[in-house]
Amino acid sequence: MKLEDLKKIREKMEKETNLREGKGRIKAVVGMGTCGIAAGAREVLSALLDEISKRNLTDIVITQSGCRGLCDREPIVDVYEEGKEMITYGNLTPEKARRIVAEHFVNGNIVKDLLVSSK
Amino acid sequence: MAKIYNLLLCAGASCISSGGYSFRDKLVEELKKHKLEGMVNIVETGCVGICELGPVVIVYPDGVFYKKLKPEDAKDIVEEHLLKGRVVQRLLYKEKDSEKIVQQATQIPFFQKQLKIVLRNCGIIDPESLEEYIGKDGYSALAKVLTEMSPEDVIKEIKDSGLRGRGGAGFPTGLKWELVRNSKGDEKYVVCNADEGDPGAFMDRSVLEGDPFSVIEAMTIAGYAVGAKQGYVYVRAEYPLAIKRLKSAIKKAYEENLLGKNIFGKGLDFDLEIRVGAGAFVCGEETALMHSIEGQRGTPSPKPPFPADKGLFGKPTLINNVETYANICQIILKGSKWFSSIGTEKSKGTKVFALAGEINNTGLVEVPMGTTLREMVYEIGGGLPNNKKFKAAQIGGPSGGCIPAEFIDTPLDYESVKKLGTIIGSGGLIIMSEDTCMVDLAKYFLEFTQDESCGKCPPCRIGTKKMLEILDRISKGRAKQEELDLLIHLGEQICKTSLCGLGQTAPNPVLSTIRYFKDEYLEHINEKKCRAGICFKKKK
Amino acid sequence: MDREKILKKYEPTRENLLYILHDIQNSKDEKYLSEDDLVAVSKYLKVSRSEVMGVATFYTMFSVKKRGHHIVRVCVSPPCQLMGSDTVFNYLKKTLGVKEGETTDDNMFTLETSSCLGVCAVAPAMMVDDDMYGNLTPEKIDEIITKYREKKNG
Repeated sequence: MKLEDLKKIREKMEKETNLREGKGRIKAVVGMGTCGIAAGAREVLSALLDEISKRNLTDIVITQSGCRGLCDREPIVDVYEEGKEMITYGNLTPEKARRIVAEHFVNGNIVKDLLVSSK
Repeated sequence: MAKIYNLLLCAGASCISSGGYSFRDKLVEELKKHKLEGMVNIVETGCVGICELGPVVIVYPDGVFYKKLKPEDAKDIVEEHLLKGRVVQRLLYKEKDSEKIVQQATQIPFFQKQLKIVLRNCGIIDPESLEEYIGKDGYSALAKVLTEMSPEDVIKEIKDSGLRGRGGAGFPTGLKWELVRNSKGDEKYVVCNADEGDPGAFMDRSVLEGDPFSVIEAMTIAGYAVGAKQGYVYVRAEYPLAIKRLKSAIKKAYEENLLGKNIFGKGLDFDLEIRVGAGAFVCGEETALMHSIEGQRGTPSPKPPFPADKGLFGKPTLINNVETYANICQIILKGSKWFSSIGTEKSKGTKVFALAGEINNTGLVEVPMGTTLREMVYEIGGGLPNNKKFKAAQIGGPSGGCIPAEFIDTPLDYESVKKLGTIIGSGGLIIMSEDTCMVDLAKYFLEFTQDESCGKCPPCRIGTKKMLEILDRISKGRAKQEELDLLIHLGEQICKTSLCGLGQTAPNPVLSTIRYFKDEYLEHINEKKCRAGICFKKKK
Repeated sequence: MDREKILKKYEPTRENLLYILHDIQNSKDEKYLSEDDLVAVSKYLKVSRSEVMGVATFYTMFSVKKRGHHIVRVCVSPPCQLMGSDTVFNYLKKTLGVKEGETTDDNMFTLETSSCLGVCAVAPAMMVDDDMYGNLTPEKIDEIITKYREKKNG
C-alpha cells in the first residue's frame, strides 16, 4: 500500500462509516408502514438503493420509518438535507424514485411535481 | 447495492460466551427468509463494553441498542424493526431505578460519562477489516510519522503527552522509548505484553479482539522510534479469540505491505509475530514474559539489567502493554497537547477499568484519569444490585488493594490511589457490598498469587504460603492476636525482598484489608465472628 | 497431523518450543505430551530433554499425563468466585463424576480449573477447549456437556 492509496481508502470508508452512523449529506426516509408497503414502498426503497449504488453516491443515507399518517399519498419519502427544510415526496413509483435520485440528490433540484408539501 | 441497515453485532468474548453466535445464526436465517440479505449488513465488532447486557446489537442508522438477545428475538428484530420500522420495545435497555426505557446507545448513562480513546473503535468497526480501520483514521498516524517526523520527534511527542504505562507500574512511556532508543545495539526489539492475567481485568483482550490494527500500527511506530525491526505480541493462551483476530490482522497488514520491508515506500522495515503463552500468570512480569518468548520457563530475573538495556535475546527491548500502545496513534494524530489536557496533573489521558463484582452495569469503562470512585460506582456502574450498601472496591487485582467506602470520593489516578496504599494496576475494579468478608477476599487473592508463584525466590514461594496459613487460621477462628502482627511483618518483608513484581505486590490485598478493616480481622480472631457470614459456614 | 509434520512446520529454534508443544498436544486424542514427544522435540530443537521437560511442566496448560478429548477449564478467579463458580465447579464434578484434574471414564472430558478467562462480566465462566461459555447455570452446563457428547457420537 502506498500513501496515496491510504488516502483513497480513508475517504471512501469515512463516508461509509459515516453513513452507518446516519451522518450523510442527505437522509431519505422511506415510509414503511403497512400502508406504505402495501402501496409499493418496498419497490421504491429498492429503486432508491439501486440507483444510489449505480451512481456510486456514498453520502446519502436511506432509512425507513413507520407510518407517517399520510396514507393516501403513500409511498412517501421524506428528504432531510443539512441546513434545509424537510421536504416530502408522495405517490411514488420506482421510476419516480429514480428521478428523485437523479434530479434532487445529484443535481440539487427539488422535483416539484412529486412534492406532497414543502414546509 | 447499498445497505440500508447496518447491524453492529458485538462479537467480543463475553457476548459470544453468552450466546452471541446462536443469535447471529438465527438472525441470518430470518433475513434470508424475508429476502433482506441485500439490505442489511451485519458487522461483527469487538467488545461494546457493557458486557453483562450481552449479547447486544446496535442497529444503525437509527442507533437503537438491543440487549440480552436470545435466538428467538431475531424474528422480532427482523419483522418489526427492519421490515416495519418499529423499534422492539421489550429488548431495549431500561434504567435500573427509573425504569425509563432508553432507545439510543448514546443515551445509556453507562456510555455517557465515558471518553473513549483506547476503546474508540471497539464495537464500531469490524476488527478484521483493514479498510474500516483506515476509515477511522487508521494508519494515518504511521503515515504522519514516516513523512513528517524523526524518531526523536515521535519520542518527544509521547513524552510531552504525559502517557504512562497502563500495565500497572505507571512508568512514563516516552521515557521508556527514549531509553531504548539511546541504548547501544544494532538489534532491538519491540514487545507487546498481552498476557493480561489479573483476575477481573479484560481491557487488553477487548482491544485485541475489537481493534487489533491499532496495536499493530502503534508497535510499528514504536519500531521506527526506537530503531527496532522485529516485534512480538505475547498473548495468553486463555484468549483464543484475541489470538485469532490478531493473527488475521497481522496477515492483512503484511498483504498490504503495512508490515514487512519498506513500509509505505519510506524505507521502514518492521516484522511482527505472535507468541502464545501456556497458562502462567507470572509471564505478565516483563522479564518472565521475555523468557517465555525465548521458549524458556517463564520465570523472572532480577532487574537491573532492565529490558531497555538487556531484554529479549539479550538485546535492548521496548515492552509496553496493549492499552498503552492503543493510545499511541491518537497521540500522534491529535498531538500531545490534546492528550495532556485530559486527566489530572500527573496522570494524563484516560484509563480503561473493568467493572465487575456486585454492580449493576458490569463491563469495560474508559474514563478520564481522575474520575472519582463514586462516579464509577453510582453513575456509570448504576449502583449495587438490590440497593445494597457499597463496602469497598478492590482495585488493581491481586497486586492492588481495596478502597473502602469512606474514600469513595477519591479520584482514580496514579497518585491519589497510591496514597491509599493501593495501585491502579491494570484497572480491574471489583465492587463489593456488605456481604463480602474482607478476610475471605484477602485469602482469595493470596491463594491466587501463592498458586501462581513461580517458586524461584524464597520470599514469594515460602512467604506467601506462610501468610496464607495464618489467614486460613484467622478465617477459621483459630489464630491468636499476635499472629496478625506477624502477618503484617511478613507481608512487608515479602514486598521488600521478592525478586519480581508478583511477589513484591502479592501481600498488598492482605495489608490493605488489614489497614482498613482491622476490626473485621480482630472479630474473626477474638469473637470467632464473620460479620458477612461467610467464613465459619465454609467447610473448606 | 503426525508429530514429524508438526516439527517440520517450525524452524528448529528454541523460540518455537511453546508453539510446538501446543501443536503436538492438541493433535493428540489424549491431549498430553508423552515422553516420546518430549524426546523428539528435544532432538529436533537440540535442547536437552530436561529443559524440554522443564518447560512442559512449568506451564499449566501442558500436561505430561493423559487427558480426555476435551479439556474443561472452570474459571476460579475472584470475580467468578463472587458469582458462584464454586457451585459450577461442584456441579461439573458431580455431572462428570470426577475430581479436579481427573478424566471421565469414557475419556471424553478432563476437568481443570483456570485463572481468569477475562469474561468477568458474564461470570461464572468456563472454557471447553477453545470455546468460552458464560453465565453458567446447571441447566446450561448440561446443555454444553450434551453438545460435546453428541458431537462425538454424531
